[in-house]
Amino acid sequence: MATTIAPPPVEIELEDLGRGGGGIPNLGWEGPGGPGEGAEGISDNRYRTGMWAALAGILMFFTAFISAYVVRKGLSNDWIPTSLPSLVWFNTLLLLASSLTLERSRHVLSDNSRFSRWWLLTTVLGAAFLVGQVVVWRQLIGDGVYISSNPSSSFFYVLTGAHGVHLSGGVFALGFLLFRNRQNPFGSVNRTPIDVVAIYWHFMDGLWISLLLLLFFWR
Amino acid sequence: MGEAVQAHSVHEAPAGFIRKYIFSYDHKVIGIQYYMLALFSVFLGMTLSVLVRLNLAWPGTEVPILGTIFPEGAPDGVMTPEFYLSMLTMHGTIMVFFVLTTAPQSGFGNYFLPIQIGADDMAFPTLNMLSFWVTFLSLVVMVAAIFVQGGAPISGWTAYPPLSALGEIAGPGLGTGQSLWILSVAIFCIASLLGAINFIVTTIDMRAEGMSMMRLPLTCWAWFVTAILALLAFGVLLAAGVLLLMDRHAGTSFFIPGGLVVSDKLIDHKGGSPLLWQHLFWFFGHPEVYIAILPGMGAASHILSTFCRKPIFGYKAMVYALMGIGFCSFLVWGHHMFMSGMSPYTAIVFSLTTTAVAVPSAIKTFNWLGTLWGARIQFTTAMLWALGFVSLFVTGGISGLFLNQPAVDVYLHDTYFVVAHFHMIMGVAAIFGIFGGTYYWFPKMFGRMLNETWGKIHFWITFVGVYAIFMPMHFLGFAGHPRRYAELTSFEFLEPLAAVQKYISMFAFTTIAAQFIFLAIFFWALFRGKKADINPWKATTIEWSVPTPPPHDNFGGEFPVVHRGPYEYSVPGAAEDFVPQTAPDVATAKS
Repeated sequence: MATTIAPPPVEIELEDLGRGGGGIPNLGWEGPGGPGEGAEGISDNRYRTGMWAALAGILMFFTAFISAYVVRKGLSNDWIPTSLPSLVWFNTLLLLASSLTLERSRHVLSDNSRFSRWWLLTTVLGAAFLVGQVVVWRQLIGDGVYISSNPSSSFFYVLTGAHGVHLSGGVFALGFLLFRNRQNPFGSVNRTPIDVVAIYWHFMDGLWISLLLLLFFWR
Repeated sequence: MGEAVQAHSVHEAPAGFIRKYIFSYDHKVIGIQYYMLALFSVFLGMTLSVLVRLNLAWPGTEVPILGTIFPEGAPDGVMTPEFYLSMLTMHGTIMVFFVLTTAPQSGFGNYFLPIQIGADDMAFPTLNMLSFWVTFLSLVVMVAAIFVQGGAPISGWTAYPPLSALGEIAGPGLGTGQSLWILSVAIFCIASLLGAINFIVTTIDMRAEGMSMMRLPLTCWAWFVTAILALLAFGVLLAAGVLLLMDRHAGTSFFIPGGLVVSDKLIDHKGGSPLLWQHLFWFFGHPEVYIAILPGMGAASHILSTFCRKPIFGYKAMVYALMGIGFCSFLVWGHHMFMSGMSPYTAIVFSLTTTAVAVPSAIKTFNWLGTLWGARIQFTTAMLWALGFVSLFVTGGISGLFLNQPAVDVYLHDTYFVVAHFHMIMGVAAIFGIFGGTYYWFPKMFGRMLNETWGKIHFWITFVGVYAIFMPMHFLGFAGHPRRYAELTSFEFLEPLAAVQKYISMFAFTTIAAQFIFLAIFFWALFRGKKADINPWKATTIEWSVPTPPPHDNFGGEFPVVHRGPYEYSVPGAAEDFVPQTAPDVATAKS
């Protein structure tokens, strides 16, 4: 069945080959570059690029919240600063620790049992952070601080909630890879999913620190 | 196609009907699904505009069937003002999101981006399928908003609070209808974000050997830049939508100011800022305008070059102009808010950035004209639509230069001049881009030719029609006719303008009727059209060197290698007047 696509050779004089002919393959910007889809290692790149693109979108999502926060605080006289329960700081430590354990696990990728242990610890720390955040919410509710109380508390719930939703996606990914790794260890060769999830996790960690600084210093 | 070689395919050719046509991973099927979704939506949106035009020109007309379907909104078949506003809202929303955002980018982009860059599919086929079905869900929720208790929202496609934030008390449709509306838009945001990621990664990482960025067809560049805009803009709208839903359902006051009395009731909110919504909305809204129009620019460039049998004039300038327009789109949102009491100094800044958009736009226009200059133009139907696109882009763009002057905008804001402007530039121009793409790519997508004669009839009625509809609206605006008014009869200063509204409505109905010609030739060609061969337009880009319609993995297991730029028409010394991108450089011996 004729599905090949070789076009007929074109009669063309050599001096007319100026456009795009010859040259060293560069980053694929001009000339005959281009990643060459069939080539080795390209499919890996896909997931990395995709993750960075996704993070750009997520960053805009949170930037919108943060700019709304700054604007809304600036024009209100009904803003009652929400004092952060001290548990928030403990949660933050858990999340920071999870980033460290994640890096630890990536360093020992070739040793599957050590990798699994550190990765599991990361997952548990991430889940503990989420549980901790829910407890923070319950403490605030216990103190009579609701989402509708005042704009500061509204933003507190919205920002922590939105971050929590994104982070639970991360915990799910960590758990999923743990499960996959048990069936079929990744090892240091097939490490793209590990690296991509790590990018996401560290981003969420950094994002939380930024939100925390906002919620603490811009009360 | 049967058992095409699957060596490089990222996923197996599907077996059953459901896998093949419903939950398909194939970018071509998904592209067609998006196109069909947009086709349904455009006829739905058009039906709503019939009601809008009917009410404007002949208020109080009895439409018995309306009374049957909407006993609340149109008792005895006569539209209430609120019903008029809800139809207006849904017309705008459906057209902007489900037609202008969906067809040119997700429809054509999905189908042709992978083929044009020499990839066997999008980077993430499963994500692609998910994007479509999430968009579909969003449409279902949006349409549901029309039929719930109270009907569709009356707050316009921009959903300005406090109207959109207060709930049922502020008017019919602002209860469940408005909540569903926001939910639908939020779902649409998620779908668009997923789609944008796919487009960006596909363009960056999936290009065939030899397909450098500066060899991409301008269509691909347009889809790529549009995807970047979508990625950065839809997240902001999603955030705004979340906050608005919180105001409605969680008792927060992000957008609702204090001391509001609605229907003799003090609203229990305080301190919120309706302007905050406007900032967030238009930070999305202005890039959205370019999300609608950029793919049309890509298609128009592609078609113009093909049928001028000339390389596109200033390829690189075209690419940088696309980037320039994309970049500027994030700096101009304030020009929608000149009337919001913003500082005149801020207004000047937004005015300057907005005027700056004219530079890349003019580059594009002059390059289109440069492409046309001295060309042996082939007036195919696709070419007519592309020329129409250029015409409308200029007409619609020039009125933008009036509106971006804060002092002039004070008068023209929220008049029919604005309605005319955005319909010309983002509505009709983008639709012309879609039609151009349809007439150009239909042979590849469905393997059959659209009828050229009827296509041209369709074009001419539509072309004359849209000018006859929207040019007079500029004059209505000059005369001070406000937009969004349901009752025109109760204002003395509007009475002399009633005749113009009737004239516009008559042309609107004619133009809408002509779209059924399109529907007829579309479905006729689908089953009965003349079979298309591989390259009916003698075009250069890769989609025209694969079989018609393309096999499951586009290339039958053999990846193309790209040897040249996308628009090598009339190359001196070449045997034919086009050199495909995949044609190797080797010179054959001259006999």
